[in-house]
Amino acid sequence: MNESVRLDGVSKHFGDIVAVKHLDLAVAEGEFFSLLGPSGCGKTTTLRMIAGFEFPTSGSLTIHGVEMALQPPNKRPVNTVFQSYALFPHMNVAENVGFGLLMQKVESSEISTRVKRALDMVQLTHRAEARPKQLSGGQRQRVALARALVNEPEVLLLDEPLGALDLKLRQSMQVELKELQERVGITFIYVTHDQEEALTMSDRIGVMNEGLLLQVGKPEEIYEHPTSRFVADFIGEINLLPATVVDHQSVELQGGHVVRAATGAQPGEAVTVAIRPERLTLFELDQIIPEGANTVRGRVIRRTYHGDVFYYDIETAAGVLEVKEENRPGVELYDVGEEAVAAWSPRATTVVED
Amino acid sequence: MATDVRTVEVATPEFEIAAERAAARRGLLIALPSWLYLTLFFAVPLVIVFVYSFATRSSTGRTRLEDWNLESYRRLFDPLVGEIALRSLTLAFLTTLICLVVSYPFAYYIATRRPAIRNVLLVMVMIPFWSNFLVRTYAWRVLLGTDGPLSQLSQALGGDPIRVLFTNTAVLIGLVYGYLPFMVLPLYAALERMDWSLVEAARDLYADGLTAFRKVTWPLSRPGVIAGSILVFIPALGAYVTPQILGGARTTLLGDYIVSQFLAARNQPFGSALSFGVMAVMLAATIVYFRSGAKNL
Amino acid sequence: MSTGVRPKSPTERLLAGNAWLVFTFFYAPIIVLIIFSFNANNNVGIWTEPSFRWYGDMFRNDDVLAAIRISVTVAAISTVVSTILGTTTALALERFRFRGQRTYDGLVYLPIIIPDVTMAVMMLLFFAQSFRMLDGLFGWSPSFGIGTISLSHIAFNISFVAVVVRARLGQLDPALEEAAADLYANRWQAFRRVTLPLIAPGVAGGALLALTLSLDDVVVTSFVAGPGSTTLPVYVFGLVRRGVTPLINAVSTVMLVASMLLVLISLAFQRGSTSKVSLTDSGVDPESA
Repeated sequence: MNESVRLDGVSKHFGDIVAVKHLDLAVAEGEFFSLLGPSGCGKTTTLRMIAGFEFPTSGSLTIHGVEMALQPPNKRPVNTVFQSYALFPHMNVAENVGFGLLMQKVESSEISTRVKRALDMVQLTHRAEARPKQLSGGQRQRVALARALVNEPEVLLLDEPLGALDLKLRQSMQVELKELQERVGITFIYVTHDQEEALTMSDRIGVMNEGLLLQVGKPEEIYEHPTSRFVADFIGEINLLPATVVDHQSVELQGGHVVRAATGAQPGEAVTVAIRPERLTLFELDQIIPEGANTVRGRVIRRTYHGDVFYYDIETAAGVLEVKEENRPGVELYDVGEEAVAAWSPRATTVVED
Repeated sequence: MATDVRTVEVATPEFEIAAERAAARRGLLIALPSWLYLTLFFAVPLVIVFVYSFATRSSTGRTRLEDWNLESYRRLFDPLVGEIALRSLTLAFLTTLICLVVSYPFAYYIATRRPAIRNVLLVMVMIPFWSNFLVRTYAWRVLLGTDGPLSQLSQALGGDPIRVLFTNTAVLIGLVYGYLPFMVLPLYAALERMDWSLVEAARDLYADGLTAFRKVTWPLSRPGVIAGSILVFIPALGAYVTPQILGGARTTLLGDYIVSQFLAARNQPFGSALSFGVMAVMLAATIVYFRSGAKNL
Repeated sequence: MSTGVRPKSPTERLLAGNAWLVFTFFYAPIIVLIIFSFNANNNVGIWTEPSFRWYGDMFRNDDVLAAIRISVTVAAISTVVSTILGTTTALALERFRFRGQRTYDGLVYLPIIIPDVTMAVMMLLFFAQSFRMLDGLFGWSPSFGIGTISLSHIAFNISFVAVVVRARLGQLDPALEEAAADLYANRWQAFRRVTLPLIAPGVAGGALLALTLSLDDVVVTSFVAGPGSTTLPVYVFGLVRRGVTPLINAVSTVMLVASMLLVLISLAFQRGSTSKVSLTDSGVDPESA
């Protein structure tokens, strides 16, 4: 892979507090990479280290092969879109956007051209004379983007830029941002705690928790094949069942039920079986179940209506399972108290070892 | 862009420490001019006063920087000093109390107006506040004179001429007048910052107006009360100009007393001890404020 | 907070009434003073007829004019110096961490707490002592005058400016300075183009405060002034102690009007300048998101 940003053995200590324990990460050229995790996991600290607002306590940080770990932010070929936008209140939009060019001593006629082009790109040319306080949240966000991109940075860093926007606006901005990145073609490193956002926008996601990078991969990989309990639990909804390994192809659930699942763990090891609710299907007791499927029998204890789907909680010997069924004509409805069989494909069974 | 790379080093804990030290040095450099100035023209004078308080007064009133003694401090416990101190403390306390009682409803009123009106009212409070203190105090000298306008007004209404000037009451009025804005502004700031939905919540939970005030508004505005009280009490305690203009010979206060040690009485060691003592009391009061009020802010 | 139209309850009426009383209390003495400064009568309290007599007297009075000149000189010097030093103090305390910072912080706050009588005593003894020393060491014997007054005013003004500027600095979103660095500004450029314009109202406010305190000061100045270096308030103070004359009314009115004008000008200046923009208007307050 063509690397744009690479972190090797990066850590960050604030006195006794370890914000980032040990990070090895390579971001590919031109990719939309998201750092995803709960508050306090170290993702923002990592972003700030790439931007230069913090120096790593140890480790190497290269941008396009050049060691940058100890460079001040104004010497790095990266620009940042801040969570609070940080637009300069005493300057108008055009002056804000042109600030970086001014600092780089670009000629003033070129500044005007490039500023205009950047504002066109975010559709804010008509507001060039306005002050930040006269703009809406979405408009400020776009000014922040233009201000960063006009400098043609090698990498663009975004720190939860959509957090302050309402849902509809956020969703449309997600699409816009993704399209923008594809058009401009540079690496975007995006920090968020919203896993839906990460799943929709990213080429790859890095999931962090407590200062460690737990898993890096494409959204589908993260979602379908989480490699740790935390990642499985953090992304989307999931059923987590304790189990013991029988052999490399089967595990034993609580209650003695054995199901087929691929695993590299040793027989006898305690593991967790992770199954997405939408991968489970309910069958009536006398229905025929496809060959090879894993099955477990139980009783419906709850049913909730979500408009487009139904959620069922099934109590089984192996634990309570959450099943997601589409609300479509032809799909059987189950009542509370009814006995049913939950079935799923072995391929949809992920075994995590922690 | 990456042409002027400073070092090609990997990060290490030592670098972090070095970077912090460099930043600290920069800060120290920026602080240096004012630090030097304040040390020379504030800390040193303070030390000198402290030193002088242990000196001896010669028979001619000159200060001899020898024969160090605690005479001046012993004299602080004289009944006369105690009387003056008590009078000053009482006056300062009364001033603070009256200011509080008058200012609270006033600040409350302003804080509960519409923002546009609020700003106008605040400006109207600021204007006298920024006006010359001496002149404002002098205005009361004119007002309270036996032949003055207030006196004429009371006579016109069939009463006696006012004989308030040169009494403690006049000084009290002058002090309240002078320091009222110092109480209004912190109170206003605290009330304006308050979350009024809490009061509404209290009303929603069946509290009547008085209870809501007692249990919600008052406790939440306490930092403002404390700040305002300190801002009034401390200057009132050391007041000099106001008593000089509005008070009389019978109402010697600490400020007058200290100044007279450097003029008529020519007893610099004693004056120094007094100054230092008053300052120590104020320092204690301020520390009390920071201990109690600051944690509520 | 809710600002809907509420029915006027008795409490409301009481509060409004109280407010009006307080405003009257604030302004009545000032207004009376101004009115009486136009009184033709020698006797201060008794109104006879309007006249500009005392203003004429005032502007022909050499002592008054000299006092005005000295007040303005001292105020100008002390405002400029203390604003610069106060601003650097605020920056050092708010943006940096260094050893001895706590001591420095305490040193900076002390002049605010000290009663002006103590300050006056301190400066008097200090100058007297230093002059004796300088005379003994170098044969140079400076005198009390504009120099000593200015130095004393600066000593207490630095702290007030520092407090005001520091408050303003504290409100600044630290991301703004980071954004400047992110956009290739070095430390000096970030300060000049981002920090300084944004703290300008605080600096101006501090300067105004310093100016006012300097023009207002009586006790400290009277202790460290020399013969021929009286400031206006000290001069008026001297006059008042000897007895009330209408001349003082005129002088007082001029002082009042001058200080009020100063305030209104600075308010107008603040409203007009861009820095009136609230600091969170530049973006979003993350907590309130």
